[in-house]
Amino acid sequence: MAHVDTVNLVRFVLNGQEVDVPDGSTLLAVARDQGCTIPALCYREGCRPDGNCRACVVDIENERVLAPSCRRTVTEGMVVWTDSDRVQRSRKMVLNLLAMEGGRIGLPVNEAVAESELSQWLHTFGIQPSSYLSRLHQQSDAIDQSHPAFTFDASTCINCDRCVRACQEEQVNGVIGVSGRGADTQIIFGLDDRVIDSPCVACGECVQACPTGALRLPEMVVKQSQHKVDSVCPYCGVGCALTFAVEANQIIAVEGRDGPANHQRLCVKGRFGFNYIANPNRLTQPLIRRHDAPKNPEILSQADLGQFDWRTLFREATWEEALDAAAGGLRRIRDQHGPNALAGFGSAKCSNEEAYLFQKLVRTGFGSNHVDHCTRLCHASSVAALLECIGSGAVSNQVQDVLHADVAFLIGCNPTVNHPVAATWMKNAINQGTTLIVADPRVTEISRYATDFLQIKPGSDIALINAMLYVILNQKLVDQEFIETRVDGFAEFKKHIQLFSPEMMAPICGVPSEEIVSAATRYATAERAMIFWGMGVSQHTHGTDNVRALIALAGITGQFGRPGTGLHPLRGQNNVQGASDAGLIPMMFPNYQPVTDPDAHDWFETFWGHSLCSQAGLTVVEIMSRVEHPDSEKERMRGLYVMGENPAMSDPDLTHARSALAHLEHLVVQDIFLTETALLADVVLPASAWPEKTGTVTNTDRMVQLGRIAVQPPRGAQADLWIIQQLATRFDLNWCYTGEYHGVGAVFEEMRTAMGAPFSGISWQRLQEEQSVVYPCASEGEAGQGVVFIDRFPTASGRMRLVPTEYKGPTVSVDPEYPMAMITGRVLEHWHTGSMTRRAPVLHQINPIPLISMHPQDAESMDIKNDDAVLIRSRQGELAAQVRIDEAIAVGSLFMPFAFYEAAANMLTSDALDPTGKIPEFKHTPVSIEKTTMRPVCSGYSV
Amino acid sequence: MTKQTIRKHIRQIVGGDLKTVDLLIEHLHRINDHFGCLPKPYLAVLAELMGKASVEVYEVASFYHHFAIVDQVPVDQRVTIRVCTSTSCCLAGGEELHRELQKMPLDQKRFIVEGAPCVGRCEQAPVAVVQQNPIPFASIETVLRAIENQQFTHPKALPERPHFCPVEIVESAAGQAPIELTTHPSWVGLSQYEKYGGYTRVDAIRNGSVRHEVVMDMLESSALRGLGGAGFPVGKKWRIVSSHAGPRYMAVNLDEGEPGTFKDRTFLERDPHRFLEGMLIAQEVVGVNRCYIYIRDEYHGCRQILQDALTELVEAKFIEADLVQIRRGAGAYICGEESAMIESIEGKRGEPRHRPPYVAEVGLFGRPTLVHNFESLYWVRDITQRGADWFDAFGRHDRRGLRSFSVSGRVKSPGVKIAPAGISVVELIQEYCGGMTDGHTFYGYMPGGASGGILPADLGSVPLDFDTLQPYGCFIGSAAVVVLSEADRARDAALNVMQFFQHESCGQCTPCRVGCGASAQLMQDRTWDLKALGDLGNVMRETSICGLGQAAPNAVACVERYFNSEVTNGPR
Repeated sequence: MAHVDTVNLVRFVLNGQEVDVPDGSTLLAVARDQGCTIPALCYREGCRPDGNCRACVVDIENERVLAPSCRRTVTEGMVVWTDSDRVQRSRKMVLNLLAMEGGRIGLPVNEAVAESELSQWLHTFGIQPSSYLSRLHQQSDAIDQSHPAFTFDASTCINCDRCVRACQEEQVNGVIGVSGRGADTQIIFGLDDRVIDSPCVACGECVQACPTGALRLPEMVVKQSQHKVDSVCPYCGVGCALTFAVEANQIIAVEGRDGPANHQRLCVKGRFGFNYIANPNRLTQPLIRRHDAPKNPEILSQADLGQFDWRTLFREATWEEALDAAAGGLRRIRDQHGPNALAGFGSAKCSNEEAYLFQKLVRTGFGSNHVDHCTRLCHASSVAALLECIGSGAVSNQVQDVLHADVAFLIGCNPTVNHPVAATWMKNAINQGTTLIVADPRVTEISRYATDFLQIKPGSDIALINAMLYVILNQKLVDQEFIETRVDGFAEFKKHIQLFSPEMMAPICGVPSEEIVSAATRYATAERAMIFWGMGVSQHTHGTDNVRALIALAGITGQFGRPGTGLHPLRGQNNVQGASDAGLIPMMFPNYQPVTDPDAHDWFETFWGHSLCSQAGLTVVEIMSRVEHPDSEKERMRGLYVMGENPAMSDPDLTHARSALAHLEHLVVQDIFLTETALLADVVLPASAWPEKTGTVTNTDRMVQLGRIAVQPPRGAQADLWIIQQLATRFDLNWCYTGEYHGVGAVFEEMRTAMGAPFSGISWQRLQEEQSVVYPCASEGEAGQGVVFIDRFPTASGRMRLVPTEYKGPTVSVDPEYPMAMITGRVLEHWHTGSMTRRAPVLHQINPIPLISMHPQDAESMDIKNDDAVLIRSRQGELAAQVRIDEAIAVGSLFMPFAFYEAAANMLTSDALDPTGKIPEFKHTPVSIEKTTMRPVCSGYSV
Repeated sequence: MTKQTIRKHIRQIVGGDLKTVDLLIEHLHRINDHFGCLPKPYLAVLAELMGKASVEVYEVASFYHHFAIVDQVPVDQRVTIRVCTSTSCCLAGGEELHRELQKMPLDQKRFIVEGAPCVGRCEQAPVAVVQQNPIPFASIETVLRAIENQQFTHPKALPERPHFCPVEIVESAAGQAPIELTTHPSWVGLSQYEKYGGYTRVDAIRNGSVRHEVVMDMLESSALRGLGGAGFPVGKKWRIVSSHAGPRYMAVNLDEGEPGTFKDRTFLERDPHRFLEGMLIAQEVVGVNRCYIYIRDEYHGCRQILQDALTELVEAKFIEADLVQIRRGAGAYICGEESAMIESIEGKRGEPRHRPPYVAEVGLFGRPTLVHNFESLYWVRDITQRGADWFDAFGRHDRRGLRSFSVSGRVKSPGVKIAPAGISVVELIQEYCGGMTDGHTFYGYMPGGASGGILPADLGSVPLDFDTLQPYGCFIGSAAVVVLSEADRARDAALNVMQFFQHESCGQCTPCRVGCGASAQLMQDRTWDLKALGDLGNVMRETSICGLGQAAPNAVACVERYFNSEVTNGPR
């Protein structure tokens, strides 16, 4: 897009009138502003104009041929006609040719085609198919319906290439291209493959971009008059803004909305994965466990769990009965055994308001601080290190800052799979000149763009990062001024790092020392360098150390406080940031005020009007281990309230975790499906899905964003916000939140007060109007701060700390019995434990089978071929799965997603924890693998 | 075949620099030369090795007609036999030859017979090219013999010619000996070229005894204009390009694809160093960091000659090895358009760019670029040696300069005729071509290849030069003159030309992509729908991105204007 200089004005003559416009304006923009009707097909707002359709041509005096107004900028003294006879004649002809090429020749067309931009322009200009052109049209049968998410109908394509730009330049997925030449030009996917066989990731950007309906949704069509509701995507921490198209209380489509995190971009889950909410197995009736149905965790290992008959375990109950049973059971345990026998797992997928009330219920109702959520399995180690060293666990710079970075260092993250839209900004940055450094055991998709790709051995992060620190320190590439004014502990830190030369660390991390030196130098000498990381860094028993080292990297080079610098731990869940901020964690009240801090304790006691426990609570895995193996009977955990979490799939060492869940005296599960965890419950409460609620969520960029209710939950299910308040009354808590949607606005305002300074400028009213506000935000009139730590850190001294780290590898190393390192993680189409996405038809169809990926070299040495069945064993358990040969995996390691109950990867992982963050080591489990004749069954869920 | 094996094989065949993305087309050629086609598995691995997505490689490979993409690695090397079906070869029976060959019992899995657009050998029509081996005056027998004897490569030309001088040729005017019609004439090697005063000019300019400014003035004051077709004054172009800050590049257009044109080939086959000297003079005076010579793929023999001539210069330490790079076209006429050529040199689809900005300012790799047709540089040495006035002194009918006319069609002696600018076609036929072929009466002619339109015999006295033909709806372009007789019909030539453009359109913009095919269809009707053709012609002329689409309707307009009876009441 032309850079518009608002200071310089340029005068030209448009249709006989003199007009002054900012220098750099395009003729199309100006003419349309002035009210001219100019058709344009290959032009798409916000994208590079290609000027190939020629529909937008105008007459520039003294130029031999007509000019594409989408591309031409105004120059001083230009004389332009947009509606002369000359222009009209050509414009009409161009539209005629497009009509012919696009199959608009009087034949019946699909609705998406009939409503398309092309059809609208043809209608506006009264284009009737001319007879001679009609007979020239070649009807094509080439409709590709191979992909469940969308249809590609080449017969109505006009080769405008908007899809190519969408795929190659915006999302940078490199799937769609233009093949052939002349009239044989056609849009292709991959190597002219069927869509489903191509590398297409179904982000849907092309569908969104297509002006003719050639790329369209398969059956249902979004009518222009549809009822639309603006909201936010429920999946990952990018927090893409979207719009639900609703008809008859059903979401029929999702469109990308221009929100600050995504600017209309979405990924396959957000765009095509919304239909889990309409799955026939949604919970609609509260359930109470039958007396004759003991809790047997073995049922979760059944192959056909998806078709399980819940009636063998539960009976339906009314809400009254179920709520009484739920609360009653928890109260009984509290009264009999004390508050330490109760705990609550809140959700990182529910709203801030729900998270806030949940932790308030646990703290005031249950009487302990044993409240936690899945952050424990995610960025707990990152947050621990960040709080320790710089006083704040949130990102210092937002994702799109990467567009300002000279260097981006990605370590232990796989953004094209787990934060797809965030990855598109990274790819855009790289195409604009940002240099990429990637450190990962796997050859990830994004590493294809890396200038330095450091393929580290699993679990050897400290060796690499400390070696980089060594290089920077010893080559004097530090930012001396920053260190002197803003950093503590430098001298000792520097001394400690001397033990970590690249030559010594190279064999440990598996990266040659020259590469370590190159990467370190590149990072340190960059004007602006930014670090992104994910689970590869955090999910280790030395995860906290890993992050301490990364913080030091940024600290000694002064990469803080400016756009394009800083630290960005990519938040996984759509509301994990918000849930932590709202206090859904055992050691802190809202806004990270320690429960052990007397001032905070007193403040909250007053604010909530209730006595509060002053001891830090237990974390997720600790809670589970206290069920069966408490230090004493008094310490035994007996009752658990779970909202929107599925620890029976997400916890490490599932045999023990499931056993623990089954041994609880009283388990209450509030969810939208009968998850694996719910199957072990005493009471099941049917809850609301994200599009069925109004509430706020906070993404990885610290944007507090509003979700609006688009459809009603299925009859019988209730809003989570209502359920929590109902339980609270049964704990004699006199909550009173009035206003629409169960008082959500009032809850927000209370939470806002509890949060303090960062939320000063964010009111419920403001969110209604602006939909998205960044925190910290000092006042209602200001925008929030994207970049933080500009002058100081939020520590007592205002300075950051450098904490030296020792090299510790994984807690348990591989050995001859368990010789391979298994890494668990995610895949593009599936979310975490699969409870949502595996019940979404399109996502399930694209990716139905659990696969374990291994390197061809390893496979060959064991005579294993692609699609073979294998048995994988660890000290914790075993499972069978199908193999996928993949060169991207490191030799000696394996990769498995944890979304599939049929091959639940966490059966194999161990519950060894990082001592500070208490996070398990999901990223390194010693396993053995062998071929098996046992064919793994994969039943999925009903969809 | 595993990925590992393919990787190894590609590294072997391609050698070279896999990370330099603009070498993509060169790399594709290596694979294509090896297999006679491009197997998809190889494209996927090549993409990976070059750090690109598969589709990016596919996009480029599928654009060029000389690359045939196949699903699997073939058992035997695939051999393509291309039979030229452009105007001059059609007049000589090219279409019949094509049809006959298609009926031959050749192993269809291995041998592919295709109709092909002008291969630049019109004076030896009809022409069939068996893989890389051109068969002049082709017949079924000669083509089959080449296939049987597995003669798939271009015969090698040797630097044994003692002398070639275009000045002597033009100065002997109508008495000029016809340039021999063969596929591999010998050429003037470096030592022979130097013997007759070669490279003294560029030496002088390099060592400062002739100042850049002097040379620049010379070219500016001469009548030398771009001889590829656009006609932009050469000296002015040098001035403009040198006014932009460096680094600057030069791209020499040896794509010679305008049907009927074969002058560049003719000169290059015999006298490569005169062109190279002109190029080096321009490089020196304008201040160019590197020269790219883009040569059409069909000129396999010339490519070898260029490589050999450049090697002579490098070995003589006259130039650094990396100063000049040769880049091969791959079967796309549109890459003769300067911005499309630049795109192709950058390793992309040959799609013309939008102007502004012009390539003199933003060209190859975003830098100011001097683009010249081969022949424009071919005359630089002699102009700088003999002076601008010498060049201007040529000319007839009040025109200035000289022109290398590629004459073909119904004349006794077709070939390159170096003649005064402004000569008429009648004069050309009579004085330089020995008259019409026996039994043929002059009917009409195409003054400028496929793009230049068609004129009737009664306009045979119009001077042929830049600017003289515009009033008649024609232009001289590359001075490719195709002579038609009463045995021919202008409407057939016009259809042939439109089908050529349909075949060669890059497909970027709507008017050309759709308009060429739509026009060609309509032109097959007995009676032309002149209104419809007029509408199509108008939108193509007014809104196409580049000259191909803009000029494509010219022949149609000429038929309507000058050969109307052919298309209004059925055949004449």
